[in-house]
Amino acid sequence: MLPQYFPLFPESASTMSTRVDALYFFILGITIFFTMLVALLILVFATKYRKEKHPVPVQIHGSIPLEIFWTLVPLGIAMVIFAWGAVLFFQEMHPPKSAMDIYGVGKQWMWKFQHPGGQREINNLHVPVGKAVRMTLISQDVLHSFYVPAFRAQMDVIPGRYTTVWFEATKPGTYHLFCNQYCGTKHSGMVGEVTAMSPDDYQEWLRGAGAFGSLATEGQKVFASMGCPTCHTGADNARGPNLYNLYGRMVRTEDNRTALADEGYIRESILNPSAKIVYGYQNIMPTFQGQLNEDEMIQIIEYVKSLTYNGQLLQLQTNTQQEPPVNLNKIQQGIDVTKPGTNQNPVPRTSAVPVQEEAVPATPSTPPGKQNAPKQPRGAAPQAKPNGSQVEQR
Amino acid sequence: MSTATQTSLALEMPSDTYLNSSYGVKSWFLTGDHKRIAVMYIVSISLMFLLGGVFATLVRLELLTPAGDLFQSDTYNKLFTMHGVVMIFGFLVPSIPVTIGNFLIPIMVGARDLAFPKINLASWYIYIIGMIFMLAAIISGGVDTGWTFYTPLSTQYLTTHVMFTAIGILIAGFSSIFTGLNFIVTVHRMRAPGMTWFRLPLFVWSNYAASIIMVLGTPVLAITLILVALERGLHIGIFNPALGGDPVLFQHMFWFYSHPAVYIMILPGFGVISEIIPCFARKRIFGYSAIAFSSIAIAVFGFLVWAHHMFIAGISTYSALIFSFVTFLVAIPSAIKVFNWTATLYKGSIHFDTPMLYALAFIGLFTIGGLTGLFLGAIGVDMHVTATYFVVAHFHYVMVGGMLVAYLAGMHFWWPKMTGRMYPEAPAKLSALIVFIGFNLTFFPQFILGYMGMPRRYHSYPPEFQVLNVLSTAGASVLAVGLLMPMFYMLWSLKYGEIAGNNPYRATGLEWQTTSPPPTHNFHETPIVTQEAYDYESQTEEVEVVG
Repeated sequence: MLPQYFPLFPESASTMSTRVDALYFFILGITIFFTMLVALLILVFATKYRKEKHPVPVQIHGSIPLEIFWTLVPLGIAMVIFAWGAVLFFQEMHPPKSAMDIYGVGKQWMWKFQHPGGQREINNLHVPVGKAVRMTLISQDVLHSFYVPAFRAQMDVIPGRYTTVWFEATKPGTYHLFCNQYCGTKHSGMVGEVTAMSPDDYQEWLRGAGAFGSLATEGQKVFASMGCPTCHTGADNARGPNLYNLYGRMVRTEDNRTALADEGYIRESILNPSAKIVYGYQNIMPTFQGQLNEDEMIQIIEYVKSLTYNGQLLQLQTNTQQEPPVNLNKIQQGIDVTKPGTNQNPVPRTSAVPVQEEAVPATPSTPPGKQNAPKQPRGAAPQAKPNGSQVEQR
Repeated sequence: MSTATQTSLALEMPSDTYLNSSYGVKSWFLTGDHKRIAVMYIVSISLMFLLGGVFATLVRLELLTPAGDLFQSDTYNKLFTMHGVVMIFGFLVPSIPVTIGNFLIPIMVGARDLAFPKINLASWYIYIIGMIFMLAAIISGGVDTGWTFYTPLSTQYLTTHVMFTAIGILIAGFSSIFTGLNFIVTVHRMRAPGMTWFRLPLFVWSNYAASIIMVLGTPVLAITLILVALERGLHIGIFNPALGGDPVLFQHMFWFYSHPAVYIMILPGFGVISEIIPCFARKRIFGYSAIAFSSIAIAVFGFLVWAHHMFIAGISTYSALIFSFVTFLVAIPSAIKVFNWTATLYKGSIHFDTPMLYALAFIGLFTIGGLTGLFLGAIGVDMHVTATYFVVAHFHYVMVGGMLVAYLAGMHFWWPKMTGRMYPEAPAKLSALIVFIGFNLTFFPQFILGYMGMPRRYHSYPPEFQVLNVLSTAGASVLAVGLLMPMFYMLWSLKYGEIAGNNPYRATGLEWQTTSPPPTHNFHETPIVTQEAYDYESQTEEVEVVG
């Protein structure tokens, strides 16, 4: 009865929350032990050696063994806590591969969430129980922080870059969502509710939430309206790199470094295209700074993530462009259709390294090969690999 | 002139003191005497403390109820911002060094004054100019950035007096640098004959360590504030992503100063405690060199932990790990100090005068403050509790339970030296008790609130947090009574207090061998030091030997 009106401990409603609590109680034990130890020593000494009882003090210089003892013991304990906290942190930073994506945009003073199916909500977040959810977060203005105490999950929400945090709810219920980074006048009003539902209820909620189209299809429209397919045709001779199967792979850049093609990379490539030029391409893309809001950016990212077979781009391209139709089949097989007679040496030009052999519709179950295409020094002559994988040079 | 002074009992006020050597406004405002400057600082920072306390009271009153019903949101945001700014830059950072340190360090090392008396006076004027800017910002409407000035909120979105406040802090920072510089040179160059490094009182060691941080860290704060001003005033993109900047860069630069600044605040407090405990236990301090070197270790490691304020601010996983690791290392020197202070009590002959009560309270409260830092250093737990009331409770245990209690301990301890008169013992003991109870009642509930997830800087909050908030506000009113009491009885004692004599506590240290209050040049003859600090064994016979 008491906890209902006077709770002293937060609800525990995610897979991480019990693990965080375990470390919390461990440190709490250490804290209580040492506080009691010091308090007890002070009280005992203060009583036993008070001037009335112990008028003549005994002069003691110190003790090297004791100093070593009370340096090393706290150090050992501190290292245990450090290691435990670090392990926990790694779990908190690395969502399971199977995690589903939900996107959140913070702005003064509200939360906007988008589900992959296109469902949108404000200051409310519906998530299924028993399924890991990876939140990709960004701010439209100032710093915010996405904080769900019952999940022990918190992450700063920063303008201009994505941050992620994940959780897996363990029991249905409604939990506080707080903005926990001071963000101006109505900071304490930037609160919401996270509703964890059974998977069935969640599916039902998704159906009833009234989405116009999935984020990817919305993103495709934005992609087309911005004229992106003009260069990102998906064709081999295109001016822009092929976006097929780009997401989650390592991209080789013009200055011979590699970058992981994650949400942040895609965002940067749109807003600041010259930051990382894909190897073999020219710095010709204009910036789209100021032309896309954060919602549209998320939709484009979801669209790029959905491009798992090359044909998608080409279809979009033929729908929106007046250029002569290209040989779809050949391009899908990675054949350079622009150079007649060179068909024996398939040269797929995706922006991703290692370059994939299978330019045909990829089965999602085959992950990109880990054979690490050898990095070629700049200016080296193009070399056809026996397996058909080649890094294009210009 | 001394004949006019009140005489009582057997003791007489000395005839020639820094207080009666000259009179008139000019003799104070143009003085080069470190002791007079210290007194001017005591008055100034006490006023700033009162002001910060008023803001704190209003914040706690608003939080009595879950709804934001006492003030507008903007007003509330200004209140907690100004509480933080005034308390940190107006009180905590200067506090012990510019008052007790200014008064005592030259005397403790056996010098006639600090190395640069005019720079010392300039530091007070600079501090006052900084505070005038800050007060101007407050009077003209206040500022609501939070004391952390996080960008781009502070540089683009707020329309309050950010510039005035930033300029005030920038200027006040130079007063810190001057004080730090003065202390470092004084300790190196002005020690009396025989005052070797390892005969220095630990108060000097800890202020020396704090001075190093002031001199090295404060310029970074100045640079950061100038960059904020450039972005806010001239729209040069440094921190705002909309202008091509990086908001996380601001946090790095801000905490590069502001974490070490925590040690600027607490290290001098360690020094005070290291003086008081041996005196009232009547025995030498346990592990002198361990305490001395741990101060230096804190000053060095303190510079390498700033990003533990930013574990979830978008820094890389691996840098978070390194900062967490070093954070746990910096906890160790503080633990060493606590154990050494406690061990000093062992087989002592303990007197429970007011300074000792405060010092014992300090050990307990600082232990809790330090240990709760472990929760925040462990990144896995920090992800849950960072920026909640847990953090608020943690740093108030260190800053109020630690630093403020140490300041009160020191002010009581050296009050007879500064004024020549004793504080009244009975109300002083009562106030120590009230502060201890009020403090714990105020801030202990906030640990629980924090783990439950109550965010800091919230104007309104969910109703289930109310009971703990009411407890906290109740505690704050008790604490306020405990803190106001010394202001009255200390002022009362200036006229009616018992005359103290040179060494009312039979303490060691050069400051107790000169008169109370000391003459303008501190010693009538340059003292020659032949003993280690805290030589309580021979103390009784040697009271009047030097000076």
